[in-house]
Amino acid sequence: MVARSRPLSPHLQIYRPQLTSVLSITHRLSGVALTLGTLLLVYWLVAVAAGPQAYEAATGFIGSWFGRLLLFGWSLALFYHLCNGIRHLFWDMGIGLDLPSVYRSGYAVLAGSVALTLASWIAGYGVMGGN
Amino acid sequence: MSLRSPFGRVKGLGAAHEGVHHWWAQRLSALALIPLTVWFVVSLVSLSGADYATVRAWMGSPVVAGLLILLIVTVFYHAALGLQVVIEDYVHTEATKIAALLAVKAAAAVLALSGVLAVLDVLFGA
Repeated sequence: MVARSRPLSPHLQIYRPQLTSVLSITHRLSGVALTLGTLLLVYWLVAVAAGPQAYEAATGFIGSWFGRLLLFGWSLALFYHLCNGIRHLFWDMGIGLDLPSVYRSGYAVLAGSVALTLASWIAGYGVMGGN
Repeated sequence: MSLRSPFGRVKGLGAAHEGVHHWWAQRLSALALIPLTVWFVVSLVSLSGADYATVRAWMGSPVVAGLLILLIVTVFYHAALGLQVVIEDYVHTEATKIAALLAVKAAAAVLALSGVLAVLDVLFGA
């Protein structure tokens, strides 16, 4: 059978990325990333139960540059998913569905998740006394 | 004229055969996770750099252990519901889809149980 080049319906890459679509897929991506992050959460909980040596190993990993990078990504994903999730809950109640409100809440979610992430890390380093 | 059978209308479950249960469960678990995650992040920040004894004492207090168990169960319930939708959207081979859905549910159950048992172990392990 000869393959004919018939017109196809537009694919995703045809469309220009917009705040609405980018935030939407980021919500899904951050949700999947957070699910992977639960492995670290369970590892930490089990390490506390297992005893000082296991806990030492866990904090050694989490405190390494790679561990901190993971934790930073996890906190950003968490705050984004939290803020945008609240945005979704308002939409589910029928609030803020007009386009200007959708853009306003979108920018608010971006600013809020970055601000909360930075605030948490500054507070965390403050608690540790700058280590 | 509606093409739906009277029995189908009475059941009220719609084309997906499960009504709005999944949608509603996802929203309610999301709502419960708002205070639980805020509490957990604030706790983690205040525990930054804490030694083993401090963290264990924190986890072993009944209120903290109870909130942690609520958090763990709700997180894995919400995550399994979310991943289910992702799989249903992108995996179109029926066998692969069912296998992936079962794997997600099994992994969520095992991880949630591990977390809960760890907390209970600290709570009751003196």
